[in-house]
Amino acid sequence: MSLLEVKNLHVEIDGKKILNGLDLSVEQGQVAAIMGPNGSGKSTLAYVLAGKPGYEVTEGDVKLDGESVLEMGPDERAAKGVFLAFQYPVEVPGVATMTFLRTALNAQRKTRGQPEVSTPDFMKIVRDTASHLGISQDMLRRAVNVGFSGGEKKRNEILQMAVLQPRLAVLDETDSGLDIDALKIVADGVNRLRSPERAMVVITHYQRLLNYIVPDVVHVMAKGKVVRTGGKELALELEAKGYAQYAGEAA
Amino acid sequence: MNAEIHAMKTPAEQALSAAYEGARATLPGKGGIASLRADAFRQFEIRGLPHRRVEEWKYTDLRALMRDAYPIAPPPDAAAKARAKKAADILAGVECRRLVFVDGVFVPELSDLAPEVGLTIGSLAEALANSGKLGDALAAEHVGKTFATDDAAVALNTALMGDGAVIRIAKGAEIKRPIHLVFAAGTDKPSSVFIRSLVVVGEGAKATIIEDHDSGNAQVNTALELSVGDEAQVEYFKLTRARALHVASLLASIGARAVFNSFAFTSEASVVRNQNFIRFAGEGTHGGIRGVNLLRGKEHVDTTLLIEHAAGHCESRELFKSVLDDSAHGVFQGKIVVKPHAQKTDAKMMTRALLLSDEAEADNKPELEIFADDVVCGHGATTSAPDEGLKFYLMSRGIHEKEAEALLIQAFIGEAIEEISNETIREALMFAARKWLGAGG
Repeated sequence: MSLLEVKNLHVEIDGKKILNGLDLSVEQGQVAAIMGPNGSGKSTLAYVLAGKPGYEVTEGDVKLDGESVLEMGPDERAAKGVFLAFQYPVEVPGVATMTFLRTALNAQRKTRGQPEVSTPDFMKIVRDTASHLGISQDMLRRAVNVGFSGGEKKRNEILQMAVLQPRLAVLDETDSGLDIDALKIVADGVNRLRSPERAMVVITHYQRLLNYIVPDVVHVMAKGKVVRTGGKELALELEAKGYAQYAGEAA
Repeated sequence: MNAEIHAMKTPAEQALSAAYEGARATLPGKGGIASLRADAFRQFEIRGLPHRRVEEWKYTDLRALMRDAYPIAPPPDAAAKARAKKAADILAGVECRRLVFVDGVFVPELSDLAPEVGLTIGSLAEALANSGKLGDALAAEHVGKTFATDDAAVALNTALMGDGAVIRIAKGAEIKRPIHLVFAAGTDKPSSVFIRSLVVVGEGAKATIIEDHDSGNAQVNTALELSVGDEAQVEYFKLTRARALHVASLLASIGARAVFNSFAFTSEASVVRNQNFIRFAGEGTHGGIRGVNLLRGKEHVDTTLLIEHAAGHCESRELFKSVLDDSAHGVFQGKIVVKPHAQKTDAKMMTRALLLSDEAEADNKPELEIFADDVVCGHGATTSAPDEGLKFYLMSRGIHEKEAEALLIQAFIGEAIEEISNETIREALMFAARKWLGAGG
């Protein structure tokens, strides 16, 4: 059984069709890259997986470990192990990063019927991960993403991912707005989280990120569905030839 | 002249006239102070209680809101003092110098009067009573002179002012602990309280002043005159809780190259009007005028600012945030005036209301009056429902819907509270806000 199974997914926003019969399977331990031109529905897929309101699924299903998640709220999905690293992380003034992480972790544990994590354990998890990601104590004390640079916000997403230890991590254009040094730090943080129990879906427009997060499989999306699947060399081919060849497909 | 006096007095206006006539002989201060009171009361009688056709009071019609004026509160007895002592303190965890006023009257035995170099503390009633004598010219010098206004609520306050704090901070003094003026309710009976405080901060001095009102069931009219000397640094807070009617006026004059930050925090407020008259009187001063209002039920809070840039090269930032639930009503009127010679003024005003219910109402009225030609001034106002994008972000991390909603309200007001530099006060206010959110059920 695949960890993530998307079958014939049709999604509309305000009556406009965005996903058009998308099929996708991601296996446990796999890192799957999703590439595609602007407007192909990559970010919509990410949001639908995480359960963002406003996206209407008109047909098809999304299953995590064989269980449909479409009726679940975003918080329930998170507790089941879905994590979305946002393309544009949101600022949360007045809520310290540390408090936020702890609230999120304990909320998930509560939903799963687990006890709250102890303060020393929690501090240790955060401190270890933060140091790898170059996140200072000062940043942890500051309000979530407030006054953070683009790179700091992306690193903070990876920190959250590391603390929450998801089953399925979806990274939506994590490379956008990052310079090469920041990209390396973020990719390194992601690579540390690769594990046989976890699957990752790495959404990107460019091949560059995949030099650092090397995928097991590459899917190409166009016009709301997966039109081609291949190995990591497919990313290089796309970089060389562009997306033009997929413009006519799935029309 | 008679034509200006409106003939039909409301019951509240009649009661106020009777209160003034009855108290005139016993109110503190003779001579100059007595005539100041008489003039002020005449001013008030000419105007009457402000109502909706008075532009500055358009949204807070006191003539309609005050069905009656309660009798002036008697001096607090032992029971009143005991009750005031037990009252909840938002700043309990903050190391402060507490000065306690019960039903508007200074209570030395509940106050921390430990001597400190550069700090003089007194009661206004005493200062006014002694103002004719040598040695306490402060009251006579300052009362009513910090910021001249013809506002009716200020006039009524001047006519009937009973007691309040008189604080003087010497030139260059750095007062370590915040001075926490606790205005507590002692009596539960409907009564009215008229408080007037004077704070004079000398050149280069540093201090934090907190005006903390829990007005209970009283009708409170309070005013604070704040004079900030050149190069002084003042952090001023006003915390307000009121179950009846609370009208507060800040009359402030800020000197040159000073730093002045104010923060108003209002919760559990039946009808509150916070009016701020602030003049930047010297060049090169930085000011931050901010606040948060948390309202539910039928609560009504009106924040009215008159920020006068009378000198050039000053920067002012105004930011007010209101959270409105049920059928609460939030009002923001902000006027920035830049005088002709106040070149290089940089003023930015922003007000945001978060509506948690369809019945809640926010009125925003920003105004700019600019007479100088080389300035940067701007204002903005937004009124919106909770941010769904932010809510999704929080929920996508596993946080349940209710907690996510509470966090996003916290985030909304956090933008203003984050600006408070004193960490313990900032945390105490954030904690009070969370408590308010929790109480919403």
